This record gives sequence, structure tokens and C-alpha cells, in this order.
Amino acid sequence: MSKISRRELLSNGGALLAASSLPISLVEVAFGQDSDSNFTFAYISDSHITQIKGNEFVRNWDRGLIRAVAETNLLDPSPDFVFYGGDIAQLGKPEEIDHGLEILSGLHGDVHYVMGEHDYYVDLGEYWRKQLGPDHYSFDHKGVHFVVLNSILTHEAWMHQKWDTGMDRMKQMARLDNPNGQPFMVGDSQREWLRKDLDKISKDTPIVVLSHSPLQKIFKSWNFWTDDAEQVQALLHPFDKVTVLYGHVHQIQTNQIGNISFHAAMATAWPWPYPSTYRQKSSYMPKLTVEMNRADPFFERDATGWQFIDMHSGRTDVSYLLPDNQNRVVAYDESAGHPVDRTNKAGAGSKPPLRHY
Amino acid sequence: MWHKLLKGAAAMKFRNLLAAVLVTAAWVSAGAQPLGLPPVPIPADNPQTPEKIALGDRLFHDTRFSADGKVSCATCHEQSKGFTDNLPVSEGFNSLTGTRNAPTVLNSAYFTTLFWDGREPDLEGQSKQPPINPVEGGLPNHAPILAVIRSDSEYVTSFDAVFDVAATAITMEHVSKAIASFERTVIAGDSPFDRYYYGGESDAMTAEQIRGLDVFINKGRCVSCHTIEQTQALFTDNRFHNIGVGFKQIGGKEYETAEQFIKSKRQGVDVDIAVLTSKNVSELGRFAVTENITEVGAFKTSTLRNIDQTEPYMHDGSLATLEDVVDFYNNGGRDKDTDPLSGFQSGGIRPLNLTDDEKEELVAFMQALTSPDLEQFTDR
Repeated sequence: MSKISRRELLSNGGALLAASSLPISLVEVAFGQDSDSNFTFAYISDSHITQIKGNEFVRNWDRGLIRAVAETNLLDPSPDFVFYGGDIAQLGKPEEIDHGLEILSGLHGDVHYVMGEHDYYVDLGEYWRKQLGPDHYSFDHKGVHFVVLNSILTHEAWMHQKWDTGMDRMKQMARLDNPNGQPFMVGDSQREWLRKDLDKISKDTPIVVLSHSPLQKIFKSWNFWTDDAEQVQALLHPFDKVTVLYGHVHQIQTNQIGNISFHAAMATAWPWPYPSTYRQKSSYMPKLTVEMNRADPFFERDATGWQFIDMHSGRTDVSYLLPDNQNRVVAYDESAGHPVDRTNKAGAGSKPPLRHY
Repeated sequence: MWHKLLKGAAAMKFRNLLAAVLVTAAWVSAGAQPLGLPPVPIPADNPQTPEKIALGDRLFHDTRFSADGKVSCATCHEQSKGFTDNLPVSEGFNSLTGTRNAPTVLNSAYFTTLFWDGREPDLEGQSKQPPINPVEGGLPNHAPILAVIRSDSEYVTSFDAVFDVAATAITMEHVSKAIASFERTVIAGDSPFDRYYYGGESDAMTAEQIRGLDVFINKGRCVSCHTIEQTQALFTDNRFHNIGVGFKQIGGKEYETAEQFIKSKRQGVDVDIAVLTSKNVSELGRFAVTENITEVGAFKTSTLRNIDQTEPYMHDGSLATLEDVVDFYNNGGRDKDTDPLSGFQSGGIRPLNLTDDEKEELVAFMQALTSPDLEQFTDR
């Protein structure tokens, strides 16, 4: 029975204050930046809205997205816009996409969408594009160049082979550890589009790329993976400040490859465990499972949530909002040259994983 | 080798047992630890003594610590009412009302935070707030309390005996420590449920109550938050959840209420006062303390011990009976299953599809959570 000390109570409050519901003046004071270039945006991902039949949808996934929308609308200052990181739907059905979009319509302000494989493989993205427009695009906002990629494509031959139904193809792609699975990729033509898009941008412009799968290689069996990640990274290398934000993995991840900072989004639906390849240290155990703060089976929102991102001086500070848990901020550390978790530091300051046996 | 280890283990076990006996003797003046409860956690800087408990008991019942001389702790936490006041929201001095239902003192010794929104970490901190809240005790500050105590020779003698302090050196720290010590003796276990579940008395609960326990653990999903463990049952997870209570009050006004509250908090407005004097601010729940937007409308899980004595229910006292409470949960956290739901509501709250029999069984089970001897804590 651990009592929460007064100090802990107050310091929790303090940390959260810095992470949410900030009066805008405090952001400016905190970063000392020119107020014109500071802005925030929210980032919601992986809701996996699942139709049971007719008007019936899996309630827990609905509630996760509904809650993220309600909480996002409470942000003060309001985010300049919201990104949705992909996988609105579980099986790409129009009913699921529409139901998800109806919930998301409660958001105040503009939403930019990223295509997920669960939105795509039933009809190769046709319904999604009909509702939301192109699946890859770019725009500029307050001096930052944003690029959205469809990174969940795969080999043309596999996609267009003779399938009995689109749903058969969808279900193949929805499986983890599927021996018949295919790796995600951005593909030649989209990379060519990206090359041309970036050609016009000066190298000191901060770049933020959004994709559904990580534009890095973490774990192939679960498609925590993009097959042509290195080629995409090469197109981003000439720029001073690059951030890649991705969904799909349903967990907090952060990484730095050269000039590129990577951050993953939590899902609003459910958390995945960390894959064995994401371990930080080598191990000689025959079978290694990397512990995460495990999802609590008695708490339906554990290890899910959403995030908002503070753009200042072209870097991204990602605040993860975790229900009934301590929120986390993973922020770019100029002296370290990579993102650092502000509260859960590596080494002596690290928090041991919880074990619930 | 094994023999030696075993002997060592046995010796250690005996030492632990001895320590447990000593602790038990120290924390309660009368009786053994009730069935179904863990040992009461006692802070190192506030050990229990019979004299301190008796002093706390007297302070708890002293009505002079309020603006009209009529309100004591016991006014809202009365032993005969399960240490509540059986009112929807409590009445302070001059019959002023706040925004929240008086939570029971029973087993508050086990709570990891105090108040519905957990704004105080311990009992010592909790008891200092109500006397100086404008809708509770109504005092401008703590000075009048200390003045009463210092001029009361019986108190002066007691404080000297307990804390070894002269009259002029008595502070609110001493007062709140004594009250907390008393509250740590207000412990409810040994209920029919405890005797059935932990005591092996298969006839301690009725057949209906036993079926109700099954609904509580399974179909009703109550146990997710109102915990029952292998050796003890506090019936609270000590966490905060938005279950839908209060949505009628604040629904659609969350943003404005939060924004205004944060502004006034920055300007120095006291949280304790803000949440008890404004109905909308009250409904922000845990958010008012942490400012964490994932905790809007979240309130602490109440214990269910002696629940059939502590009506009405919920943080705003909005549900009159246990039957109403069961209906509220059965409808997915709302009075009627056609009412709208808050976007902030916990996803764990969902329609339960309980039958009428199951609802009655659940109520019957909750009536088995009442401890037999509630008159034991104080003579007052």
C-alpha cells in the first residue's frame, strides 16, 4: 500500500501542467521563441473502428477515439490542426471508415489524414480516398514543411494477384506473424514524387513526415517496417531538421537516425507489446521478451492514448497523454542530438518496468 | 544445509509474526484486526497511542471549530450514519451547502489520497481543510481553532500528555495528527461477506447474496474498480474514473469551465474552495487537482464497506438508493439508456444487460458488506 507523498502529488501536477492545458503565454516563456514560429498540433492514431453488424461497433475502440477527440478539444492553446495517423478502420469497410470519421468530425479545426493498411487493403484505398482525398500530399505551415506518405503499399504483384475478394487480401495484411505477409513500402513512384516535392524546399526548412508504418526497420513480422526505408531516409538526409511521425506500432517509440528524429504514436484502440528487436541491450536468453509497462487487463485504456506535438525552432516535442498514468514528454535534446524522454531517463534515472505476475 | 536454511526461515517468520502482533497492539485500542482487511498503515511520524486516539476523538466531535459553533467533523461524518451525513451534499455552517457528498471515514485509513478528487495525500492534510472552507466550517483561518484549544484546560493537558507541548506551542500539525490517529481506528471489516469469503463460513451470506457476489465479480464487472483480493477487500482501487456522474451538469461546458478554473487557479484561487463552491468546477473532478486533461470528470472509487448506511450515493449525492446505483451502471453510466454519454467517460463503463434478479442480487450482496459493530469507535 504505497501512499502518494505530498511532493509526488505536487510534482505530478507540475509535470502535467507543463504537458497539457497550457495557457499560450507559458509556452512562449518556456521556450523563449518567437511566438510566430511556435505552434502545436495534435496527433491521434490507430482507432481500428470495428463493425460487428449494422449499427453495432466494438464499444471499446469507439470509446478510445471518442475520448481522444473530447480531450483534444480541451487543449489550450488549441492545436493549429490535428493529424490522424491511419487505421481508422479495422477491415477498411465503408461503414467503419464513416463511423470513425463521424466521431472525428467532433474535432475543432482541420484534420489531416494518413492512410493505414487497415484502411487500404479491402479496396486498395478507394473508399478512403473518396472520403478524404489523396493519400500522399504536402503543405507548409508557419515555416515547417509537412509531408504525408502512404507507406503501407507493397509489391504490385501481390496486391493485384487474383483474390476471391478484397476482404481476403485485407485479412492477409491484417495478420501479425503471417508467413504469407508482405512488407510495407513507399514504392518507386511515391519516392519520385517525394524527391520532386523536396526539391523546392530549402535545406534549413524543418521537415515533418507522417507515415503509417515506421520509415525505419524495427520488426518485420509485425510490419514495424518499411522495406524502402533507407531510400526514403536518403531523400530526407540533406535537410537540417527532420522528424518522422508514424502510427501502426501502438506504443511509444523514439529513435534518431542521422538527422532524422522518429516518434511513434500510441493507438486509441489497444497497445502492442514491444517487439524483441526493439530491445536496448543484447541478451543471451533463448527467448527474450522486452517488458513494457504492461497493459492492465482491468483497465481498458491502459497504454493507449494520443499525443500532441509542440513545434518550436523546427523540432518536435511529443507529449503522450496516457489515461490514469503519468503523461510523458519525449523532446529533442540539442546537446544530445536526439530526442530524450524528459521524465523517464536512461541509466540511473530510469523507471524499472512494472511486473504484474 | 537445507535444515539450517529452514530454521533461519522459521525464525524470520516468527520475528515477522512478533512484529505484526506488536503493530496490531499499537494501532487499535480494542480488538484484533478485522477479517478482510490488511494491517492499517501508520505513518512513521504519527504513531498510534490510546491517548492520542482519545484526543482525536474529542477534536473530531468539537463543534467549536466552525464559524457558527455548530459544525464538527462528526456533523458530516456521523457514526450512526456510517460516518456520513445521509445528505446529497453536505451542509456547513449557517446551513450552507457545498457541491459534494460526504465520503465515509470508515477505512479512510487505507485511502492513498483523500477527498473525492484526491487533492490531499493523507488524513493529516485532509482534516485541516473543512474548518476553513467558506461552505463548511466557515472560519477565516486556523487561528480560532488554536485559540479554543489553548484556552481549554482539558485540551491543554491532553496535548501536553500526547505531544509534550505547552499550550502556546500547539499547532494545527498536532491537531490534525490527533484527528488522523482517531480516524485510523475507524475500521470496518468482519462483515458477512468477510466471514463468507475469508472466514470460510459458508452460511454467513444468503444464497441471494452469494449469487450477487458472482454478479459483482463477473457480469457486473464491479470488481474491476471495487477490488476484492485474495486476503483482503478494500472495495476501492484508489484510482479516479469518469463514470458519467455529473455529465448533466457539465456536459458541453467542459472547455469553458476548465479554462476559467485554470485562469483563476493561476491567480491564486484555492482549489478546495473552488471545487466546493462552484457546481461546474466541482464536476472537473481530478482534473482540478492535476490539470491533466485525461482526468476530466474523474472521481475516486469509493469503498463499498457499510454502503447500505451511507446513502445517497456518488460524489454529488445524485443517486438515492443502491437500486438507483445499480440501474445507473446497468444503463452504461446514465439514468436512462437513451441519455447522452460524456466523451470523457471511462470505456470500462458500459451497459451491463443485468436481469431484474441479478440487479436485486447485486443490491443484496452490497448489504452483506456492512460491519456488525459500528458503535465501537466512539461513545459520543
